[in-house]
Amino acid sequence: MNGPKRSAVASPRTETGMSIERMEGIEPKGEADPDAVPDAPASLPLDAWHEAHGGRMVEFAGYHMPVQYEGVMPEHLWTRAHAGLFDVSHMGQLLFTGGGVAEALEALLPADVKGLSEGRMRYSLLLAENGGILDDLMLTRLPAGTPFASGEPGAAWLDTNGSFYMVVNGATKWDDIAHLREHLPDEITLNHMEDRALLALQGPEAAAALARVAPGVEALSFMTAGAFTVAGVEAWVSRSGYTGEDGFEISIPAVAAEKVADALLAQPEVKPIGLGARDSLRLEAGLPLYGHDLDEETTPVAADLGFALSRRRREEGGFPGHARIMLEREQGAIQKRVGLVVEGRQPVREGALVLDGEGSEVGRVTSGGFSPTLQRPIAMAYVPAASAEAGTEIRLEQRGKLFTGTVTPLPFVPHRYHRKGA
Amino acid sequence: MAETFFTKDHEWIRVEGDTATVGITDYAQAQLGDIVFAETPPAGAKLEKGKEAAVVESVKAASDVYAPVTGEVIEANGALEADPALVNTAPESEGWFFKVRLADASELDGLMDESAYKAFVEGL
Repeated sequence: MNGPKRSAVASPRTETGMSIERMEGIEPKGEADPDAVPDAPASLPLDAWHEAHGGRMVEFAGYHMPVQYEGVMPEHLWTRAHAGLFDVSHMGQLLFTGGGVAEALEALLPADVKGLSEGRMRYSLLLAENGGILDDLMLTRLPAGTPFASGEPGAAWLDTNGSFYMVVNGATKWDDIAHLREHLPDEITLNHMEDRALLALQGPEAAAALARVAPGVEALSFMTAGAFTVAGVEAWVSRSGYTGEDGFEISIPAVAAEKVADALLAQPEVKPIGLGARDSLRLEAGLPLYGHDLDEETTPVAADLGFALSRRRREEGGFPGHARIMLEREQGAIQKRVGLVVEGRQPVREGALVLDGEGSEVGRVTSGGFSPTLQRPIAMAYVPAASAEAGTEIRLEQRGKLFTGTVTPLPFVPHRYHRKGA
Repeated sequence: MAETFFTKDHEWIRVEGDTATVGITDYAQAQLGDIVFAETPPAGAKLEKGKEAAVVESVKAASDVYAPVTGEVIEANGALEADPALVNTAPESEGWFFKVRLADASELDGLMDESAYKAFVEGL
């Protein structure tokens, strides 16, 4: 039996831990350095704050994190209707400075880094030599004089050569940093800003709530960023997120995290949201989760992330896996990541099998759960390319039980980003 | 008169004669969160103490409900199919899972009564 193991009602603590384990890629990987992640879970800057606000804490990506406050379902629906405050301080916040930094990053990512304007950001992928995905990330070109610049090593370069801010997944950040340090030239400085916290405020009322404590943020459009004062704290704010809703991600010094979180939570639109709803929100938004929907075995084409391959970079090459990725673009990948709506009420979860007409395994469900917005089970799966067309029925098996899914365009729930001119 | 027992697996068993009604406790439903699906065993199914008997799924995870006693299923709670949230709103009444005919009443020995279970939960 290949389905995910379940725990008894007996051990809710274990159960919560297991669900989180399945939620983001913290399963030990064969090649992972056992020393890369601290053994005992570490505390993040808002640890006590979460407990004081009723957060149920679990271990996640090596940290104590809140899985939920009042419950996944109400937190999910609150975020879709109002604004949810997420602590994502476990994620890696990296600063790159030095001469030729854009060129150096282009050697590791398929994004048009050189063409990125100040204050603009891109979704990109850290790629292995074979085109497999090492991590997915957000990259922003910083203007001179950002809150990160003062006193940082390499700050002298900020005015003349540009600098970049990268946010990577918490579970993979140590491997990412090792990979980046190994492959970037010596003149590039990588600063892992462990002294910073990262908050996300997401939902249709996020802009109104944040603008009250951070005047001016309403001028940002989706995938742009800038320096703002949030509740009196110097912050780097981007209009981006992981829920499909309009919203912001707010980088602040760790010492000021409680002050900013308090100021945001004081807004009537805002409630704290845990990792459980973060996962169900991103699934509805069709956004992949590294370690589950993406890994070193998946390529950008199979993962349906072709938009992350900029045209100039496709034509010029010069990033890891270029030859294989271009071949897949022309000939198609063997499998493709798709969205599935599942018949019935029972969720089909990560690890469920995709079967062909003969009952042979031809793919896997990589994320699955119950959609609070749609009130039905949804999933992401890798299916054979020939079965990836919308409307195709997909046979699934979980714990010996058969299910039927139908390929559905992603996202399941429409994105409501605040795009420029909108 | 009915007598209610509790397991360390957070199930309750209400015994009347040789019939036992089984469900999960209020503590368990609170830990699981919003229940979106519950699968109960069909009437006639033979349950073995400690073996999987039912499935309960929240938004984020699936969990097994183990049979707290051995016996044959007399009736499953059909209401859970249409309204699995009954497990959240009335876990120890309308949200029951199944009824079994007790095969061995001595299996009840060693289970907790309400006050013992309450103390057990407070110690978690």
